[in-house]
Amino acid sequence: MGEGRVGRGLTRRDFLGLSAGAGAGLVLAGCGGGPQNNPAVQGTGGGGGKSYDGPKVELAFWNGFTGGDGPYMRQLVEQFSSEHKNIQVKMNTVDWVDYYQTVPQVVRSGKGPDVGIMHSDQLGTNAARAVIIPLDDVSSALGLKESDFASLIWNAGIYNGSRYGIPLDSHPLGFYYNKALMEEAGLDPNKPPQTRDEYEAALEELKSAGIQGSWVSPFPFTGVLQWESLLWQFGGDLYNGDVTQATFNSGAGVEALEWMVGLVEDGHSPKNVAQDAEYVAFQNGKNAFHWNGIWQINAFKEIEDLDWGVAPVPQIGTENGVWSGSHNFVIMNQQPLDDNKVQASKVFINWISQKSLEWAKAGQVPARNSVRESSEFQNLEEQSILAQQVDYVHFVPAVPGIGDVQVGSFDIAVNEAILLRKEPKAALDEAAGKADQLLEENRQKYQA
Amino acid sequence: MTTGQIGQSGAAPLSATKGSSRRRENQDFIGANPVTPYLFLAPYLLLFVVFVAIPVVYGFWISLHSWDYLLPGKPWVGLKNYADLFTPGSVTSGPFWNSMGATGKYTLYSVPLLVLVPLLVALVLNQKFPGRAFFRSVYFAPYVLGVAVVGILWRFLLDPNVGLVNYYLGQIGIGNVPWITALPWAWISLVGMTVWWTLGFNAMIYLAGLQDIPRELYEAAAVDGANAWQRFLNITIPGLWPVLLFVVTITILREANMFGQSYIVTQGAPGEETTTAIMYIAETGLRQFNMGAAAAMSYVLALFLLIISIANFAFFRVRED
Repeated sequence: MGEGRVGRGLTRRDFLGLSAGAGAGLVLAGCGGGPQNNPAVQGTGGGGGKSYDGPKVELAFWNGFTGGDGPYMRQLVEQFSSEHKNIQVKMNTVDWVDYYQTVPQVVRSGKGPDVGIMHSDQLGTNAARAVIIPLDDVSSALGLKESDFASLIWNAGIYNGSRYGIPLDSHPLGFYYNKALMEEAGLDPNKPPQTRDEYEAALEELKSAGIQGSWVSPFPFTGVLQWESLLWQFGGDLYNGDVTQATFNSGAGVEALEWMVGLVEDGHSPKNVAQDAEYVAFQNGKNAFHWNGIWQINAFKEIEDLDWGVAPVPQIGTENGVWSGSHNFVIMNQQPLDDNKVQASKVFINWISQKSLEWAKAGQVPARNSVRESSEFQNLEEQSILAQQVDYVHFVPAVPGIGDVQVGSFDIAVNEAILLRKEPKAALDEAAGKADQLLEENRQKYQA
Repeated sequence: MTTGQIGQSGAAPLSATKGSSRRRENQDFIGANPVTPYLFLAPYLLLFVVFVAIPVVYGFWISLHSWDYLLPGKPWVGLKNYADLFTPGSVTSGPFWNSMGATGKYTLYSVPLLVLVPLLVALVLNQKFPGRAFFRSVYFAPYVLGVAVVGILWRFLLDPNVGLVNYYLGQIGIGNVPWITALPWAWISLVGMTVWWTLGFNAMIYLAGLQDIPRELYEAAAVDGANAWQRFLNITIPGLWPVLLFVVTITILREANMFGQSYIVTQGAPGEETTTAIMYIAETGLRQFNMGAAAAMSYVLALFLLIISIANFAFFRVRED
């Protein structure tokens, strides 16, 4: 079979005819014509999660809380199960990276979780792929309104006009500083730098005390998160309004990346920082300033010798801005969808959502305004400091396939620039070209 | 095949008779019932069909579509996935050929070491000395570890700024070596850790091969006045020839499929320099769910490996004659 014949003009049917001649037709037809049961399932049943009095069900609840946050969630789940005789929840933790790979597969095979957690920027992808079901009835039955939540967080859960995620929290990037090192350099350990001038002056002080003050990671955690925050601070954005084009190679993006590269070139960061080295160095008292997520609070608390503080990320650019993610509850599209389980899942989501203060202790900012503004939350010192950023947090848009665009474009650009292999502008320009192609490909694939 | 080899090296009479008499027995056995051999083949044939033949055909079918197994539509695209790979500037062609290059470099750097170093180790371990059994297990020990364990272990050791290796190098005055974040160091690290990790496996195969070479040959050669080097060249190497073919072939295939070390230790960085083909295929197919494009890449990679394997067999056959 020459290549000329199997050109674009050859249809699937023609191809099958040819293959059948080769004796493979039966197998191919059997595989290719597979069931396409992919209904855009709408939320079933009414009630939306106020109560459940059906027969006893067991819910599988999956998430990726592998860090210090896992035990808090497990405790909540156990409490829920003991208070609800007819709903038993079994929690299973999978590393996030594997989670997003595994969950679609197991849900499709009908052996997956009933309810789970997803980041806001994953909702679009999973909604388009019918892994999760719309939850509009949950939010209306529970009386959840935009005004209950920070609007950025609330809107991050919407895809194609439907709500797919019930926001649980937001987890912004924060600024951790090592007090012992600041003292060593003659800086006031209770006055972390908050502006560009203060930050750069502090780094000079640290440098003259022989301390490399602000290690820069070339990897998504934490280098890309830092760069995204800076990009927004300089007034830029990752993509244009309808997410059809990359805009991260704008002047803002380049300036942000140049500033980070400058830290390396000026010796405030070692070259060639490997994955997590900046994090380890912060704990070991070698790195003074560390931009990392709010979820690290409990991890740092556990280290006895570490004298540290936390503050909103310093404003390096022209405005405030910081990267944030958001955990959302989702209900999985397990076929056939079991009404009782869906109903019970909604009750579970509602219950945990009310307990978001407990969850905040795990190192998160509660999504609900009422909880965030409560005095109990204000008593959580570190969390409430980072919650001050809530008005200017930025999220990666919930467009289907957006994660793949990042992996194939600016993750690589930031890596090459920080490792001093490419000029920031050249790296970002190249990445933006790739991102545009990937966005176009996603648009065709998900037909958004 | 083995008997044929040794026949050429001089132990002909004994093994030749053995071989032909066995062959006659087999014929008698087959004569008993024509179905019998197929029954014996059936279990493997079943596994082969289910786990190799069907996936190969099905995979090719997938590669002709824009295939996301969770999306309702899997549009037929004909050979577009392949054409994209050969169109400069397309989404997949740049990263794919870059990853093929990375796989090629890694294979080129690692295979010679993984063929030669285990051979030396096996030659030493084939000698009689006290503690031989102990050393045999020591060299094999790392192989029992999974790639995740090995990868994380080396990442800790090789971290340029907070790793143990650079710490000790610093103690003797050698500055920070960017073991896993810059070239060529990243390749040196990946190849080095793989040699440490898997040399035991190849060494064990060599050792088995060495023990199959009749001791009389060495004794006869020694009587004829051959020195150690001559004995190695004229007895050991010819005796090991089929084993060597096997080791070279599986080592090339194994290293060309390298994934875990890069994935865990360097994460494909710097840039995409150590992103191997399998890593990029997994990323495309299993994370971005572009199964069609990933399948097409797999077939291109498979074609390359096929050609290399054929060349490899041809080389060893020529040398044999």
